Amino acid sequence: MATRQTAAAARTLVAPSVILLFLWMIVPLAMTIYFSLLNYNLLEPDAVRFIGIQNYLDFLSDPDFIGALINTLILVAAVLAITVIGGIFVALLMDQQIYGRNVVRVLVIAPFFVMPTVSALIWKNMLMNPVQGLFAWIARSLGLPAIDWFTNYPMLAVIIIVAWQWLPFASLILLTALQSLDEEQKEAATLDGAKAVSYFFYIVVPHIARAITVVVLIETIFLLNVFAEIRVTTNGGPSTTNIPFRIFELAVNANDVGASAAGGIVAVVLANIVAVFLVRMIGKNLEG
Amino acid sequence: MALKQSTSQRVTMSVIAWLVALLIFFPILWMFLTSFKTEADAYAIPPKFLFFHWTTDNYAEVQSRVDYVRHAINSIVLSVGANVAGLLLAIPAAWSMAFAPTKRTKDLLMWMLSTKMMPGAGVFMAIYFLYLRGHLLDSLWGVGFLLMIINLPIIVWMLYTYFKEIPVDILEAARMDGASLRNEIIYVLTPMAVPGIASTMLLSVILSWNEAFWTLNLTNVNAAPLTNMIASFSSPEGDFWALLSAASVLAIAPILIIGWFSQRQLVRGLTFGAVK
Repeated sequence: MATRQTAAAARTLVAPSVILLFLWMIVPLAMTIYFSLLNYNLLEPDAVRFIGIQNYLDFLSDPDFIGALINTLILVAAVLAITVIGGIFVALLMDQQIYGRNVVRVLVIAPFFVMPTVSALIWKNMLMNPVQGLFAWIARSLGLPAIDWFTNYPMLAVIIIVAWQWLPFASLILLTALQSLDEEQKEAATLDGAKAVSYFFYIVVPHIARAITVVVLIETIFLLNVFAEIRVTTNGGPSTTNIPFRIFELAVNANDVGASAAGGIVAVVLANIVAVFLVRMIGKNLEG
Repeated sequence: MALKQSTSQRVTMSVIAWLVALLIFFPILWMFLTSFKTEADAYAIPPKFLFFHWTTDNYAEVQSRVDYVRHAINSIVLSVGANVAGLLLAIPAAWSMAFAPTKRTKDLLMWMLSTKMMPGAGVFMAIYFLYLRGHLLDSLWGVGFLLMIINLPIIVWMLYTYFKEIPVDILEAARMDGASLRNEIIYVLTPMAVPGIASTMLLSVILSWNEAFWTLNLTNVNAAPLTNMIASFSSPEGDFWALLSAASVLAIAPILIIGWFSQRQLVRGLTFGAVK
């Protein structure tokens, strides 16, 4: 349908976005790769020199990096497990013919719109404070010892906060997928006298499998980047420092440009492993 | 599993669903209640749920203690500015990809999406360095540009999926009638595209408003938005829960309301059309 004239116009219209995104991708990345090969500390500007892959060797053999990598993986895996399983449960509930469904939906989705610094500080102080927090009061009322979350289980505390933020996202996406399961299929299942359990595993799960994959991939991309929640609660420490936070520490606290850049490239590689799968899935959908 | 349900089943399910929803919503409700307490009531054990001395003092205090208005203006300028700039770039791009696709359009879309996958921390050092040298640290232009560019792929994608739904016949009719490209965009396409553009804008404002990696790391005073204002409560002095709650309510209320209106677009925007 496109004439030669429109095709030319089309290219002109796409160009600004493409050029900007290209620069955004290539300039910082090229700089980061370049820095990562240098011994470069902002405090010693005269000592800058080329050191090859030494930063990578240092970064990868640094126990702090291994710790940060493990923390990153724990955080991503735990939040994914909680939000996907919880999300399926919440989505199934919201898909019932319940009274006031729209209000329920509004309540469930709300945490997703709360900025990360707010969620983190409200949870850390008013809910998880070991003395005056609400959880401590509930525990004591039940005759249990109050938990000092951020002293004894800092990673668990961060996981709970981040999972609370992402549970609405998983629920909403899975609910959307559930709702496209057409009524006829549901009717047929009823007529066949399908038991709830087998209905769930043979009809519901296969139907929402694709949506689950999308939730897992998109959340992973965001969860690999969790930063603000850690910055305002624990501000690092051995049990909650993840890779983004470690890179931040190296850059801002240690002024070590080279080491931070090497860490950045490691983060880019990790994100790309996930991105390849996600982009392929979305690409398949684009055919239609 | 919305199988046929008896009334009693329906009531049971409703009760469970409401309990779960209230549990999920509770931290926000608790924050809202606490924002109307005195600090003494905020820290009271046992906690006071509704029967406390209601006061709006905290809201007045937020302004004098952490300068809410300046941070709020920065948040508005950043999220709206980044959006308008993003839309100006994305509308022509999405238009041409939706209505004059070439062999490469699909690859181009996938490539744009892939730029969104780049972790902020990965290129943090480079951006920090560039901004340090370019005197862009703590400037609205600097952070605004970043917010624009990181949301650009989502904006292009969302617009593309909306534009795709506009019937091509109408455009062809307009072309037959000799409408120029410019007129076609202004008089035919835009009116039909306004709902999609509005939804895109809402989602993108939400994402920019809540963005907390670049805003925390690249701003300090002059360009600091609400995410930073709240972060300043991470090392407080004295009792501060009621004040923190009031500041938090003020920081999230606008976006919570916008968010509730745009929840359906959220699915489309954040899954790049992969879940419908």
